[in-house]
Amino acid sequence: MSKSSRNVMSFGGGIHPSVDGKSLSSGSAVRKAPLLDRYTVVISESVGKPPKPVVKAGDEVKKYQLIAAADGFVSANLHAPTSGRVVGIVDVPGAMGTSVPAIQIESDGKDEPCEPMPALEWRSAPVADLLKRITDGGIVGMGGAAFPTHVKLSPPPEKEVDTLILNGAECEPYLTADHRLMLEQPEAVLEGAAISARILGVKNIFLGVEVNKLDAIEALNKRAGDFGVTVVGLKVQYPQGSEKQLIKAITGREVPTGGLPMDAHCVVQNVGTAAAIADAVLRGIPLVERITTITGEVVKNPGNWLLKLGTPVIKAIEFAGGVTEEPGKLIMGGPMMGFAQRSFDVTICKNSSGVLLLPVSRSIAYDSTGCIRCGRCVQVCPMNLLPCLLGNVIESERFDLAAQNHVMDCIECGSCAYVCPAHRPLVQHMRRAKAEIRKRKK
Amino acid sequence: MSTITLAIILMAGTGLVLGIVIGIFAKLFRVESDPRVDLVTELLPGANCGGCGMAGCSDFAKAVVAGQVPPSKCPVSSSEQVSAIARALGIEAGESFKQKAVVLCGGDREQTMRLASYNGVADCVSASLVAGGPKGCTYGCLGMGSCARKCPFGAIEMINGLAVIHKELCVGCGTCVAVCPRNVIKLVPADADVHVYCNSPLKAPAKRQVCKVACIGCRKCQKAAPEKFVIEGFKATVNYANSPLPTQEDVQAAGCPTGALLSAEEHLRIEKHDPEWSAEK
Amino acid sequence: MSEEIKNEIKLPTGSQLVLSSSPHIKDSDSVRRIMYKVLLALLPACAAGIYFFGWRAALVMVLTMVFCVGVEALWCWLAKKPVCGTISDGSAAVTGLLLALNLPPNIPIWVCLIGAFLAIWLGKQVFGGIGNNPFNPALVARVGLLIALPALMTWWSPARGMSPTSEDAELWYSPSTIRAAKSVDTVTHATPLDAVSCATPLGVVSTTKKIMGKSIEAQENFAAVASNEQMVRYFLGCKAGCIGETSVLALLIGGVILVLCKLINWRVPVVFVGTVAVFTGIVNYFCPGVTPPPLFHILTGGLMLGAIFMATDMVTSPITSTGCIVFAFGCGIITSVIRIWGNYPEGVSFSILFMNALVPLIDRFCTVRPFGYVAKRG
Repeated sequence: MSKSSRNVMSFGGGIHPSVDGKSLSSGSAVRKAPLLDRYTVVISESVGKPPKPVVKAGDEVKKYQLIAAADGFVSANLHAPTSGRVVGIVDVPGAMGTSVPAIQIESDGKDEPCEPMPALEWRSAPVADLLKRITDGGIVGMGGAAFPTHVKLSPPPEKEVDTLILNGAECEPYLTADHRLMLEQPEAVLEGAAISARILGVKNIFLGVEVNKLDAIEALNKRAGDFGVTVVGLKVQYPQGSEKQLIKAITGREVPTGGLPMDAHCVVQNVGTAAAIADAVLRGIPLVERITTITGEVVKNPGNWLLKLGTPVIKAIEFAGGVTEEPGKLIMGGPMMGFAQRSFDVTICKNSSGVLLLPVSRSIAYDSTGCIRCGRCVQVCPMNLLPCLLGNVIESERFDLAAQNHVMDCIECGSCAYVCPAHRPLVQHMRRAKAEIRKRKK
Repeated sequence: MSTITLAIILMAGTGLVLGIVIGIFAKLFRVESDPRVDLVTELLPGANCGGCGMAGCSDFAKAVVAGQVPPSKCPVSSSEQVSAIARALGIEAGESFKQKAVVLCGGDREQTMRLASYNGVADCVSASLVAGGPKGCTYGCLGMGSCARKCPFGAIEMINGLAVIHKELCVGCGTCVAVCPRNVIKLVPADADVHVYCNSPLKAPAKRQVCKVACIGCRKCQKAAPEKFVIEGFKATVNYANSPLPTQEDVQAAGCPTGALLSAEEHLRIEKHDPEWSAEK
Repeated sequence: MSEEIKNEIKLPTGSQLVLSSSPHIKDSDSVRRIMYKVLLALLPACAAGIYFFGWRAALVMVLTMVFCVGVEALWCWLAKKPVCGTISDGSAAVTGLLLALNLPPNIPIWVCLIGAFLAIWLGKQVFGGIGNNPFNPALVARVGLLIALPALMTWWSPARGMSPTSEDAELWYSPSTIRAAKSVDTVTHATPLDAVSCATPLGVVSTTKKIMGKSIEAQENFAAVASNEQMVRYFLGCKAGCIGETSVLALLIGGVILVLCKLINWRVPVVFVGTVAVFTGIVNYFCPGVTPPPLFHILTGGLMLGAIFMATDMVTSPITSTGCIVFAFGCGIITSVIRIWGNYPEGVSFSILFMNALVPLIDRFCTVRPFGYVAKRG
């Protein structure tokens, strides 16, 4: 494959959202958030078993100190974002609506770090040490699912992995956190990529970036050669940043249904995760802060902020200068796949890539009508499903038919609901069917 | 005239031939069925509710005839119907334990705060997947009526955004219990008349922030009748294993400060905004 | 950060928060907008209809639309559905206009009313309203009327530019009409066109075949109706027929609008017309006496109207692109077969209705392979 033909790679289906919104925040450099009085770090924020708290109310903690230890293999450590005193374990609203336990830390204002973990020389250190450092650093996928990274980097021996793909597509409108990261710290991203590749023992490292971020591609290309990374320009098309679509676009392989990327011999990692790996390995710093885009038309100064875990969203909005008018929707994540919230007390977690506030005028309730069989959803579905048909059978509660028509393969990207002229809540139908089918399987 | 005659003869002939063919095939491919299964199916209520855990009434009848389950496993049939089946088959009726469903939540539209407005599919499972639904309490009834639509006996009514079960219609098949994503519907002994209408395990201040009728775990009811109530976490429940079960007198004696402890009838009347009941209070 | 600056920051209270499932942004298109765009795309054809058949055609179009909307409102009121919401999506108006374009210009108004009932009630609402009808409502009405009232539905008035005194008059007019016109002409210099009926090009072909068989005269007649000069007239719209069928040019403009607005799958009209062209071309090549050349078939009758506006109806066409090709191919074959060997001169409506019935089957077999399903099968 020549370099030029690789220039704009893509997959089948997908949409071009009419609202881009990236210009709101793409020009603003990442700023470090001022220290708050209090942080509420959600314990069970990663997929898998929640870690066990190792501190109790009244304990003094230092920044980077372990506050909850991984409980089992598919579980990730949690560290204190700042120095101070543990208030206790409290219930806070989680991003999915239910109350979740969190460790509350009252800051002493000194932000004093504890003894750091020793820096490792990644080219020579044993692979086991590198992997252990990633485990210790509590690193999880920062793109969305928050899957513990050390699990991803230790595939079972029978799965042959030959390609590492770094996901810098950031196809969601409005979000610019990854863009700024690649532009401002290209070296950290590339180092993280090289470390992950060394752990996996793979030589092919691709970094996919949508071609609307040419400055980031340029910044990465300056050093990419030193780390053996190929930067790939991707067509600007949603959902380019979905794991399966990204693998298809870059390698031409399809992840088999129900399978994981490693079934297509690939491991996909978000660029933010790569930077966090570099921090943990080269500087001995665990994952306690992340870049988050705080944006939306009603935010006074939309921008990208380096926020500590446990920062309440209301405080994050305060950093961004507050709002110009009362927002109609609060979304954690991007507008296509993010989750609407009902309270401003939710906190920044390891996977919070964005906080999006939409104006009331854009949050109006849509009345959905019957399907007119226009077939637009079929054209845009990146998984080649028939969303219109699925919507109808789920509405009549025929979950057996939904399963037959591959509803479990749906990636909930929202392309179908975006284009539907009848405003049918297709994604919500799919989620319901998945929940019901999973319940029945149990 | 001859045309008509010919037509009649042809039609009659065709009918005769087809009738013979059907008759032969019916004899050849007859499926042996146990007449007792049909009998039991006839004696069953025929609601096909699935409360027995089987696909429907005829499946249950087969299992009864085969001796796999006692007839009393049907939650819908009355004890007379069960004994009729037992008599017909000449078997033991089995231990019958009647249950009824109850929605352990009193938080209708006025009692429980709404944090946000909801725009989406009017179904409880769907709503619970969107940030846990619009209601302030994430443990109470969502009020979208999925259980009411699924109830094969029409025993559930949606009043003011809250599911309310009409006890006299409920047969305890448990369909609603399986449907509810919040697990707020419970099966309780049929003769239980008083319940603590709250499902939230949260601490009292958190509950009071969002709901006026939450159980705050003050233990007043338990002090009034120690063996009839148990405190689980921050919430009281009726001790359904204990006999006798609490009655209207116990409700009065306890003097619940929030009004979470009610008899089933009172619960229904509050939700219906019965003016008479308000006057009594 | 000083105190004053802090006070100026306006923080959200959350009083207006809406909860809904993702995605939180939506395309601006809606059913209503789609229907209005279709009406817009039909405007050139309407204008052509009014130009060639006069204001009588405009009256038919307006009244049929009003009747259709009225019947829809009546039904929704009777069925206790929201009346305003159903009418405002514009689908009844589109059905009405399409039906009007499928009627002869001089049709009595009471026929329009019956047509509106057939279209909205029998074609659409009995199946549950928009999105659930298996057949194109306008075509249901047209075919219903054609079978019930064949005389009225095939009584064609001549288009502007046609005259019983012109050179090619014997093609389109009966000898008695020509004689009458000539005698009237010489005496009073008036042309009482209103009461005159004439033949459509396809009607001429059909009659020719019935009367003359495969004779040399038939071939001469075919050559006369399919001469280059006549083809240009057909393309611009100077031919007898339904209101909307006249001008191929106007229909093509509408088709371009539809394709540009991404309202129709371009494959349907292209494959439909292409199939008719190839099929009739083959027949014409091997037996010229059976049917005129393919260009004649493309430019006459309801083929363009059907291919661009009727076969592409979202509700009654397949949802996948492959399915659309199969659907359009079937339409083309059936149309050609009816036109060449059938009893009716025109087969577009029948072919589309027939293929509409097959859409569920086509949808079933023309599905796309879901992502990631290669490895599993192998």
